[in-house]
Amino acid sequence: MTLMRTFLGAAATVAISTAAAVADPAVIFDLGGKFDKSFNEAAFNGATRWAEETGGSFLEVEIQSEAQREQALRRFAERGANPIVVTGFGYASALDTVSKEFPDTKFAIIDVNWLEGDNIRQIAFAEHEGSYLVGMLAAMASESNTVGFIGGMDIPLISRFACGYAQGVKAANPDATVVQNMTGTTPAAWNDPVKGGELTRTQISQGADVIFAAAGGTGLGVLQTAADEGVLSIGVDSNQNHLHPGSVLTSMLKRVDNAVYDVFSAGEDLETGVTLAMGLENNGVGFSLDEFNESLLTEEMRAAVAEASAKIIAGEVVVHDYMSDESCPVN
Amino acid sequence: MEVFDTIIQISDSAVRLAIPLLLACLAGLFSERGGIFDIGLEGKMLAAAFLSAGVAAATGNVWLGLFAGIAVSVVLALIHGVASITFRGDQLISGVAINFLAAGLTVVIGQAWFGLGGRTPALPGDGRFSNLEWPVADALKDVPVLGPVYSELISGHTFLVYVALLIVPLSWYVLFRTRFGLRLRAVGENPGAVDTAGISVVKLRYSAVIICGVLCGLAGAYLSTGLAAGFVKDMSAGRGFIALAALIFAKWRPVQALMACLLFGLLEAIANRYQSIEIGALEIPVQFMQALPYILTVVILAGFIGKAIPPKAGGEPYVKER
Repeated sequence: MTLMRTFLGAAATVAISTAAAVADPAVIFDLGGKFDKSFNEAAFNGATRWAEETGGSFLEVEIQSEAQREQALRRFAERGANPIVVTGFGYASALDTVSKEFPDTKFAIIDVNWLEGDNIRQIAFAEHEGSYLVGMLAAMASESNTVGFIGGMDIPLISRFACGYAQGVKAANPDATVVQNMTGTTPAAWNDPVKGGELTRTQISQGADVIFAAAGGTGLGVLQTAADEGVLSIGVDSNQNHLHPGSVLTSMLKRVDNAVYDVFSAGEDLETGVTLAMGLENNGVGFSLDEFNESLLTEEMRAAVAEASAKIIAGEVVVHDYMSDESCPVN
Repeated sequence: MEVFDTIIQISDSAVRLAIPLLLACLAGLFSERGGIFDIGLEGKMLAAAFLSAGVAAATGNVWLGLFAGIAVSVVLALIHGVASITFRGDQLISGVAINFLAAGLTVVIGQAWFGLGGRTPALPGDGRFSNLEWPVADALKDVPVLGPVYSELISGHTFLVYVALLIVPLSWYVLFRTRFGLRLRAVGENPGAVDTAGISVVKLRYSAVIICGVLCGLAGAYLSTGLAAGFVKDMSAGRGFIALAALIFAKWRPVQALMACLLFGLLEAIANRYQSIEIGALEIPVQFMQALPYILTVVILAGFIGKAIPPKAGGEPYVKER
């Protein structure tokens, strides 16, 4: 009997201690899905890297519709996940509600900087700065003096990419033309490679020979068509250079992976109530250079971009942020 | 001349965009003429797009992919047939079920096979339909007017585009000039009369859904191996439903179906090209241009085109009186 009691007591202690340690971090992906080779996949890679390095485990879910945002967030909070990362501005209002219901849980949200809450860490990226650099590269690589931009869903965040890109293009070549298209006005615009390919052909027929796709899964169709038609393309968020070696000029990197990795590494000690601005100065954004695009970027191009990057960090060049006033000085 | 080039480019784009609609529309045409309403066109296209890209990626052979796509589409069509012909179920519910089934299964199976989150790998050269260059297209390029029309608009599409365009007159001939076509139309109007004449209603309706499956299979294969290079979840993006609208617009006739689909393709091509059009001081916003095909659908369905009368026995299971 005594033995039994000891045994049960030990079992209970183990149970309690595992319950305390079970506070796994969680990540909730946006509608594009975690294998979009882009934004969400970057978040997934950051989480995976943390899991591989620490041997820990994390919870994850891909939502299928707008209505599931709040539901997914609340379920993870109820299960005791801590901290919880949500990817994308679409979660802003859901997080605003749920974070108040779970004051002891820590949350991090990417692409949002306007929420209030002591248990929220907001991480906003300066996409316009990264887009500015790839815009310069596009203008220098273009032979027709016409470059293209294909966005996903028509929202201010994507216009921020477009505006930064256009400014970069004009900085490198004031005579260049930028052809801009948005794939659509609904979330389906993130997953329509057929339309992406068609828009690419349209832009090529308008003279574009370098095309920047900021369109999630739709961008895969853009990169594919650009490779088929023999023009250059620029990937987004993750490094997409390897998808079509020799055809992808570079990729505008948004280090969502680092942001997620940092949150997971901090765990329950995550500093919240802060808004992080991830720009060029802290390597939050940038462009990719690897063995697949070495030959496409000349010394001259690399030097010009390095100089511009230094000037932006020093504050000598200010890239206009579309989201600050919903308008763009160049187009 | 620049205006002319632009017109050619937009028409070229319109043809590419119209083909999946056309194939799906003709699929619906056969099915509905035979008295089986089919709102599962979307699901069949999606499943065919997935399997043809999956098989083409695994084998590197686009023809095997095409046959796999047609096969899965026919299987789904037969499920619809069994539910609505043999078991006399509700045809709309069965169609919706097929759409859901395809949307879910493609992603789940795709993840299990390729581990890319429901996508298939990008298809290599032989895994896709390449563009067919017609004879002397290059040489004629510089001939004014006719040159660009021949070399860009007519030549340089994939094999499936020409197949789809040939199916239009073929469908007309089969439906309106053959005994099979007459019987098929009769079974959609008055299955009782067909049965009285000693012809099997069930057999005719099954052949209608099988033809529908084959055509949807072509449409799906064209999406993933002709237009794109691989499958992405939900890549049919509502084209099956637009095809249904085009079918009503065409009043269940093949040549008019071609016209309706080209019109939808043209609208989409224009919306892609001109995201905002300025007419004088008035600027038409991009949202309106992109919504235009859908607005047109509503206008059409509201009866703007006159009375569109569906096959009389459509949607109703045939019950032999005993």
